[in-house]
Amino acid sequence: MNQTIVPAASVLHPTAAFARPVKMRGEKVTVHYGAKQALFEVNLEIPERQVTALIGPSGCGKSTFLRCLNRMNDTIEGARVGGMITLDGEDIYDPTLDVVELRARVGMVFQKPNPFPKSIFDNVAYGPRIHGLARSKSDIEEIVVTSLRRAGLFEEVKDRLHEAGTGLSGGQQQRLCIARAIAVSPEVILMDEPCSALDPIATAKVEELIDELRQNYTIVIVTHSMQQAARVSQITAMFHLGNLVEVGPTEKMFQNPDDKRTQDYITGRFG
Amino acid sequence: MSTSAIIAIVLLIAAVGFTLGYRKSQRLAAGSAQKAHSRAVYHGMFVVSWALIPSLILLAGWLIASPALIAADIHADMPEAIENGTNPRLAYQMVEGIGAGLRALPADEQDAAAAASAADLRAMFQRRGIMVASASEDYMVELAVKRNRLEDYSRIAMSAVVILLAVAGAAYGLSQIAVRLRARNQVERVVGGILVLASSIAILTTVGIIFSMLFETIDFFGRVSPTSFFFGTVWDPGFAAAGADPTVGQFGLIPLLAGTLYIAFVAMLVAVPIGLFAAIYMSEYASRGVRSTVKPLLELLAGIPTIVYGFFALVTVGPFLRDMSAQLNGLITGNYQNFIQAQSVITAGIVMGVMLIPFVSSLSDDIITAVPRSLRDGSFGLGATRSETVKRVILPAALPGIVSALLLTASRAIGETMIVVLAAGVAARLTLNPFEAMTTVTVKIVNQLTGDLEFNSPQTLVAFALGITLFAITLCLNIIALVIVRKYREAYE
Repeated sequence: MNQTIVPAASVLHPTAAFARPVKMRGEKVTVHYGAKQALFEVNLEIPERQVTALIGPSGCGKSTFLRCLNRMNDTIEGARVGGMITLDGEDIYDPTLDVVELRARVGMVFQKPNPFPKSIFDNVAYGPRIHGLARSKSDIEEIVVTSLRRAGLFEEVKDRLHEAGTGLSGGQQQRLCIARAIAVSPEVILMDEPCSALDPIATAKVEELIDELRQNYTIVIVTHSMQQAARVSQITAMFHLGNLVEVGPTEKMFQNPDDKRTQDYITGRFG
Repeated sequence: MSTSAIIAIVLLIAAVGFTLGYRKSQRLAAGSAQKAHSRAVYHGMFVVSWALIPSLILLAGWLIASPALIAADIHADMPEAIENGTNPRLAYQMVEGIGAGLRALPADEQDAAAAASAADLRAMFQRRGIMVASASEDYMVELAVKRNRLEDYSRIAMSAVVILLAVAGAAYGLSQIAVRLRARNQVERVVGGILVLASSIAILTTVGIIFSMLFETIDFFGRVSPTSFFFGTVWDPGFAAAGADPTVGQFGLIPLLAGTLYIAFVAMLVAVPIGLFAAIYMSEYASRGVRSTVKPLLELLAGIPTIVYGFFALVTVGPFLRDMSAQLNGLITGNYQNFIQAQSVITAGIVMGVMLIPFVSSLSDDIITAVPRSLRDGSFGLGATRSETVKRVILPAALPGIVSALLLTASRAIGETMIVVLAAGVAARLTLNPFEAMTTVTVKIVNQLTGDLEFNSPQTLVAFALGITLFAITLCLNIIALVIVRKYREAYE
């Protein structure tokens, strides 16, 4: 547990993160909710197999940007997205693109743990089943077990896989949701304040997990906690009033930010 | 003094009490260093409570007790009536009638009337157009005069006591007003009491309805054995017109119950898929604009009186099905004979199903909408389509609620009357053919209670037995629905 307190970015060379290939790229992304503009021409690159943290005060547009990345804004009535967002160079707002397939490639974990009212097993098996990822029963079982292992939950629930997922503790539920997202083998995992409903111990476990998942997945995390951003991310992007203020290696952002607003926010002067 | 006049005076006293209490409270608060516990309006209401509650309770008690006491007194004075073999209750009713007649006469005739014989009195009454029972006897006139006198005394005493009590209550309330009086809390208790009273009236009415049916039902089962009622397969109650020789018929519940359940089943077959799909469309697929127009339009169906659905079945759906079946039969066999009767299970079932659609859709829509948005997000976030989300996440989550909504709808289908009266027919038949007429419990209740019938034959009393059976069935369905809803709530909060 102690090692998670140390900023993960500090072990890296500040520019090492930018050396990675770009997984997703947003160009001049704007979002309107009805008449209200929530995001103003945001340009942001998400490097592959790194944790990118989006920080900023409430209502700054960081969650809105996150939800653009797998088109979850489509489910909100009156939301309009402008600009361009690419995944591996492919425009995800292209009308010919299959949203369902996109969301399988770009998974999402939400603020509040939201396990389905089904068994733990069925929760994890949900994605593989609807996408037809498994041919046989044993395939499904394998995916479920692997996903639970990767989410660090398997040992805790292996004896009660067929009990309700809603019966787990908050932290376990959130890791179940992460396992559920992993089960469809996404390339990118979006996390919208995944620890805001958890206690410090559960938070530490989830953070540890995020750090491990970085080996295989590209992760974008929205967080309100400066410490969390410092602990888990390599890249930090600061949003304010719908604008991207500054983006850079986490260490630099926390020690020597270019923009005064970033400095003020990080040191707790507003937000 | 009439009761409404007494109430008006009591209210007036209360209003005066309010003003005085309000002023006294303001005066005390102004002259005191302490902060008043309650605002002046609460002190006013405190006085009003003291003025109204005791006096109105007494008024209600008096109005209930006084006629009973007077009746007991008069009954004690009627030995002859019992000797003559006249029913004492009937005799008392005649006394009451004469008493009321006496009051209606003009003042100058009252004394003469009080001394007149029963026959003379009848003549006097007839001149004035007052109806009175022809079997009245002389002693009744005397008793009627006595009764009227007692009634007058009682009323004067009541007026005086109630008004005095109101004044005394208001005065007591006023005397209690002090800066630190917790009038606000006391008024809160009065409000609580009024609310409890309102809800207990609703509950007591239900209990009263059950008991009124229960006694008649017990009477019925004294004449017809419960086994032949509950397990009999033949419904042939015979006739019970007034004066006719009462033949005891057969009262088999089974054909009626079968018809009821069959028609309800057909109705649910129509209403459940359509209503549920409409609810899913409205809650999951429709945009907010569409939803805000479609939902009220659909609920408009629920506002149509069921008798209108009955017309619709009788005039439109029934003949249409009959003619269609004749055409169909003709095309296939060459014989243009309709195989669907105009009045049939299917006609009643379809029309009732249409009536039930808004119930199913509106209840289910509320339940589906109540499924947390986070579950939808979770499913969409995994790349599920809308229909996959509905089928695999939303419906399973909403299922207990939907089941209970369907049970409530089923209990409506079973209790529905007007549509089946017009569309299902009256033939109590046991059949599985949905194209023939069957009848329901409610139709037979209507049948048995319509017309010039005596209310003490099994032919009419059976209606109460049928009613209570129906009530028991729908009550069970509602209880099951409530239990399911409660379980569902526990799971989601």
